Amino acid sequence: MSAGTHAVEVAGVSRVFDTKKGPVVALDDVDLTVAAGEFVSLIGPSGCGKSTLLRLIADLDQPTSGTIAVRGKGPRQARLDREYGIAFQQAGLLPWRTVAANIELPLQVHGVAKGARRARAAELLELIGLTDFADHHPDQLSGGMQQRVAIARALAESPKLLLMDEPFGALDEITRERMQNELVRIAAETGAAVVFVTHSIPEAVFLSDRVVVMSPRPGRITGVVDCQLGSSSSRTDAVRDEAGFFHAVAAVREHLHGTAPVAVRGVETR
Amino acid sequence: MRALVAGLLGVLALVATWELYRAVGPEAGVTVGGTVVLPRTSDLAMPHVWEMLRVFGEPASGASDADSVLVVVLGAAGFTLRIAAVGWLVAVVVGLALAVLMARSGLAESAILPWVILSQTVPLIAIAPLVRRWGSQLEVGGLEWQNEYSVAVIAAYLAFFPIAVGALRGLKSPVASQVDLMHAYGVGWWTTLRTLRLPSSVPYLLSALRLAAASAVIGTVVAEASIGLRGGIGRLVIEYAQSAGGDPAKPWAPIFGAVAVGLVAGGVVALLGLFLKPYRRQEVLS
Ligand SMILES: Nc1ncnc2c1ncn2[C@@H]1O[C@H](COP(=O)(O)OP(=O)(O)OP(=O)(O)O)[C@@H](O)[C@H]1O
Ligand SMILES: [Mg+2]
Repeated sequence: MSAGTHAVEVAGVSRVFDTKKGPVVALDDVDLTVAAGEFVSLIGPSGCGKSTLLRLIADLDQPTSGTIAVRGKGPRQARLDREYGIAFQQAGLLPWRTVAANIELPLQVHGVAKGARRARAAELLELIGLTDFADHHPDQLSGGMQQRVAIARALAESPKLLLMDEPFGALDEITRERMQNELVRIAAETGAAVVFVTHSIPEAVFLSDRVVVMSPRPGRITGVVDCQLGSSSSRTDAVRDEAGFFHAVAAVREHLHGTAPVAVRGVETR
Repeated sequence: MRALVAGLLGVLALVATWELYRAVGPEAGVTVGGTVVLPRTSDLAMPHVWEMLRVFGEPASGASDADSVLVVVLGAAGFTLRIAAVGWLVAVVVGLALAVLMARSGLAESAILPWVILSQTVPLIAIAPLVRRWGSQLEVGGLEWQNEYSVAVIAAYLAFFPIAVGALRGLKSPVASQVDLMHAYGVGWWTTLRTLRLPSSVPYLLSALRLAAASAVIGTVVAEASIGLRGGIGRLVIEYAQSAGGDPAKPWAPIFGAVAVGLVAGGVVALLGLFLKPYRRQEVLS
């Protein structure tokens, strides 16, 4: 496979922050490849460098050493070519803009004509099921709805890569699971690769093709768990109750804590 | 509507307090350790509210064709308002420009901000004659410097401060993820300013503009008085103070004039706030 076909290629990347208390090694010699259309989650305790890695891929920060390629390009070029869409834990919507205008924001700053913008926003509103809220303002939406708008905004320019940093972190469990179902569907419909940062093991397992487990001080990848819970179309809530799901959860937990898998028992006692 | 009623009630409460103290307070006022903390209740120190209002109906001077005090005070208020408005506009331009410059570069901020703050510690009385002297040496294309300009400059000097500081805070108010987003879009600093920073700064800017309007009015009145410019409230305050012996209620007339100017200035800014309403949605959040 040529390099160009990968969504993300991270090779030997380290990031050291110079702080007043001395250097902080946020990432140490990290290698990661995300195939086109693949859904990869980054999980690990606070401070293990998940956000740092995502920001390096997004070219919001530069590595101290190592190389990164995003869809076969340098991160800077990829950013300027709008190869990725990005969403953060805070929806970060602009409060003075309507929902539709928020979704149009990236198109607008890139000079897309008004008509085309409208059409694209309407499409995305349909996708996230908020068509009736096009003319509302963010303060009139629930947290979950705001986050859906932020995701639609990230999708506005039809990127083949989505970068998401704990986008559901501030949501309640019920909303969260619904959003997860929706994200699986959206990722499948758009065919985009996703790099998804989360603190939740079940969330990572449910969403991902692969879960990348990280550990802090220094930030390293300590394990990768293949989930393969079936194609996205068949991945409904039922999957959450299957044995494969619990096996994967246990495997991720083992990498995180270094304990023996217990998931099988979890299945039997249900 | 409720705000209007509340405002009227506030004025009534003030009048009632005044008259109540006037009625029951001790003749010699209240002193604590030789310091007067509450005024004497004599006619000279505390004229009745209706006395103050009566003054407005009387002729402003002894001349037979003299205008009433009301007409004179209104005229002076208009004069002062015009100069204050010019000073305020200059302050908005200068204050915004400084804020944008400081938001653009940290170096500019650390170089300029201390001076902006220091500028406000210089007493107005000290700079008024200086501005006037410098001004009198200026002459641009046959246009001679007027004392009015000096007054406007001084008003601007006082009013640019809240704008520079408030706008800077507003321009820096977007959260990191919003700034990151603009960076991710690869747009330049000016586009970020236009689409993110300026709209975000509106709530901060509006309160800064309100403060600046008050500052501009005060600056104009004080500068008129200290430069000795005729025609405005500042001069009238001094003139009428001298006639306090004859009619103790008279000095209050220009004070009401100054209040009126302040109210109009505040009202204009409030009107501006109505036009910028969509940008004030974030006020609930911040
Ligand atoms: N700009 C910075 N300056 C200094 N140190 C930083 C900076 N950004 C991150 N760090 C440090 O790098 C380490 C990794 O931070 P990072 O934000 O990537 O962790 P994280 O895995 O995203 O944590 P969380 O789960 O809490 O979001 C931390 O020790 C953090 O203190
Ligand atoms: Mg993080």
